[in-house]
Amino acid sequence: MKNKLTALPKPVKVLLWVLLALFAYALPLLEPPIISTPGVDFGGVLFTVSIYCLVALGLNIVVGYAGLLDLGYVGFYAIGAYTVAILTSFHASWPLLLAIPVGVVAAMVSGVILGAPTLRVRGDYLAIVTLGFGEIIRLVAVNTEWLGDTRGIKNIAKPPGVGGEEGLFQIPHLFWGDGTVLLDTDDKTKFLFFGVLDQIPYYWMGLTAVIIVLIADILIKNSRVGRAWEATREDEDAAELMGVPTFKFKLLAFATGAFVGGLAGGLYASRQGFINPQSFLLLFSILYLASVVVGGQGNRWGVLVGATLVAYLPQRFREFDDFRVLVFGLALVVLAAVRPQGLLPPRRTVRAKKLEHDLEELEEGTGEEEAAHA
Amino acid sequence: MPEAILDVQNVTLKFGGLTALDDVSFHINEGEILGLIGPNGAGKTTCFNAVTGVYRPTSGNILFQGASIVGLKKHAITKSGIARTFQNIRLFPTMTALENVLVGADAQHSTGMLSALFRLPKHRREEKDGHDRAMEVLRFMGIHRKADELAANLSYGDQRRLEIARAMATGPKLICLDEPAAGFNPAEKVELMNLIRKVRDQGYTVLLIEHDMRLVMGVTDRIVVLEFGRKIAEGVPAEIRDNPAVIAAYLGVDEEDAS
Repeated sequence: MKNKLTALPKPVKVLLWVLLALFAYALPLLEPPIISTPGVDFGGVLFTVSIYCLVALGLNIVVGYAGLLDLGYVGFYAIGAYTVAILTSFHASWPLLLAIPVGVVAAMVSGVILGAPTLRVRGDYLAIVTLGFGEIIRLVAVNTEWLGDTRGIKNIAKPPGVGGEEGLFQIPHLFWGDGTVLLDTDDKTKFLFFGVLDQIPYYWMGLTAVIIVLIADILIKNSRVGRAWEATREDEDAAELMGVPTFKFKLLAFATGAFVGGLAGGLYASRQGFINPQSFLLLFSILYLASVVVGGQGNRWGVLVGATLVAYLPQRFREFDDFRVLVFGLALVVLAAVRPQGLLPPRRTVRAKKLEHDLEELEEGTGEEEAAHA
Repeated sequence: MPEAILDVQNVTLKFGGLTALDDVSFHINEGEILGLIGPNGAGKTTCFNAVTGVYRPTSGNILFQGASIVGLKKHAITKSGIARTFQNIRLFPTMTALENVLVGADAQHSTGMLSALFRLPKHRREEKDGHDRAMEVLRFMGIHRKADELAANLSYGDQRRLEIARAMATGPKLICLDEPAAGFNPAEKVELMNLIRKVRDQGYTVLLIEHDMRLVMGVTDRIVVLEFGRKIAEGVPAEIRDNPAVIAAYLGVDEEDAS
C-alpha cells in the first residue's frame, strides 16, 4: 500500500497532504465520537498533542538524527516558557509576538552554552550531563524569587487576536446526536480570538507551528546538514575523517533542537497564562523521549505518531486515572519487546530488515556477489 | 625533493611506554603509488592515523604540499586533500551508497542550515555538484547500479569499493588505502590493483597499505617497509624483494598471512 502512495503523481500527493492538514485543523470542530475526549476539553487536549508533536520533532533532531541522547530536553522547553513569561508579565509586559522570538533565541543560546563543553563527551555521559541540565533549570526556577519560585509567574500574555472579542468570524461545531449529525449553532469557535475558555484557536496556533517545523525539518534533513548529522550518528570518527566537522554539527543539532523546544515552551506558556516549576519536571523529559522512541526515532512521521499517542491516550482514558502511568509504562515495555525500532521506524531500517529476511530465505550462494565473502 | 606531496619527517609516536612509531621518515611524490608494508603490528595503520590526524605525533613533522598538518583537526586535514579508507570497513551502514559518497563530497561544500532551509542557490549548486561527483566516482568504482542500496546491504567487496569511492569523493590529492584488498580472493585482488592504477592515472597520489607481497610488488612504484615501528627499508619493489632485512623480517616469516 505504501508503494501505491509513493507512486502517485505529485499534485495528487500535495492535494492529499493539504486535505490531511485541513482535516487536522477541523478536527476539534468535528468532535468525532470515540476520538473526542469525554470529560476533558477536546480542543485543550489537541493543543497538548500539538505541543508534544512540536517537542518530539525538535528532540528527534537531537536524538533521532544526530544520535545524541538528551535526557534534559525539558530544560529548553522551560527556558522558552520562562523567557516568554518574564517578558510578557509584570516584569516587562512585552507583546507576545516579540517575546516568543526572544524565548526561542534564549533556548537556542542555552543549547549552545550547554553543548559547547558537553558535546565532547559521548553516549551515556552526555545523557547524564543533560539530565543534570534539565534539573538545574527547574531548581533555579524553584529557588529564584524573581522567577516566582514555586508559585511561578502569572498573567502571561495571550496571542493577539484579529477582529476583537468576536474574532474574524465564527465557526459552529458539529453535534453528534443519536444517529444524527447537526451543526451546533450555540457552540461556536471565534476564529483568531484567543480567549480563556475556547482552546481551539490555541490548537490551531500549535498545529501551524508543527507544520512549519515539519517542513523545515524535511528541508534541512535532505541537505548537507542532514547527511552530516546521520553520518555523525552512524560513525563519528569515520564522519570526521570524511571531512565532517562533527562537533560543529552536533552543536548545530543541539541548538536546532533547543530552538524548537523553546518555541514549544513559549506557546505553552502563552496558552496556559501562568507557569510554575511543576510544569518542567524530569518526568516530561522522559515523556518527550518516550514520544520519540515509541514512534521510531529518526522518522519524523513516526515521531509525530508517538507524540500524539503519548499526549492523547492518557487524556482519552482518564477513567483509568491512577492506573494511567502504570498502563503507560506497561505499554512501553510491551512495545520495546515487540517493536524495538518504534511503531514507524525509519524506512531505511525497514528496508534493511526486509532485505535481511529475503536473504535468509534465499540462503546462500545466490550470486557472484557472495563470492566476495570468501 | 620539490615534488613530494607528503613528507613524513622523523615522526615518533608513543602510547605511554610503547613506541608505536620510532623516528619514521619517508615521502611520497606526486602521482606515485607508495606501498607501506610490514608484519602485523609494525605500525602501518598507526602511521596512517598520524598522517590523517587521528593521532598526534609525539615528535617529528608531517608536511602535506609543503605545509605542516600536525595538530590540524581531522576534518580539516581531509578538506586539505588527504582521504583515507579503513582497514575494518567503516561505512555509514543505514545510509545508501549514494548518501555515503555524498557525505564525502560534502567535504568540499559549505552549505549550512540557512542555505538548506531556504533552498538558496548555493544549496542547489552544491547538491548538484555533489550528486554529479558522487555518481561519477560510483561509476568509476563500478557500483553505480547499487547507488540506492543501503551500505549495510552491499556485498563485502562492494563495501570495500564504496569506501574507496567515498574517499575519492572528498576531492583529495592523496588517497590512503588501508588494506583495501583484505578478504578478497586472488581474482578480485588483481581487479582491485588494476583499479588502484586507474585511480593513480586519474591524477591521484596513492599511499597503500597491503599485506599481500605479490600485489604490493606488482602495483607500487616504491615501497617503505616498517618493522616494530621503525623503517627498515625503502626502495623500488625489486630492491625490497632482495633486501635481506626485509626478507628476515617479513617475507620469510608469514607469507601465508594474506588475508
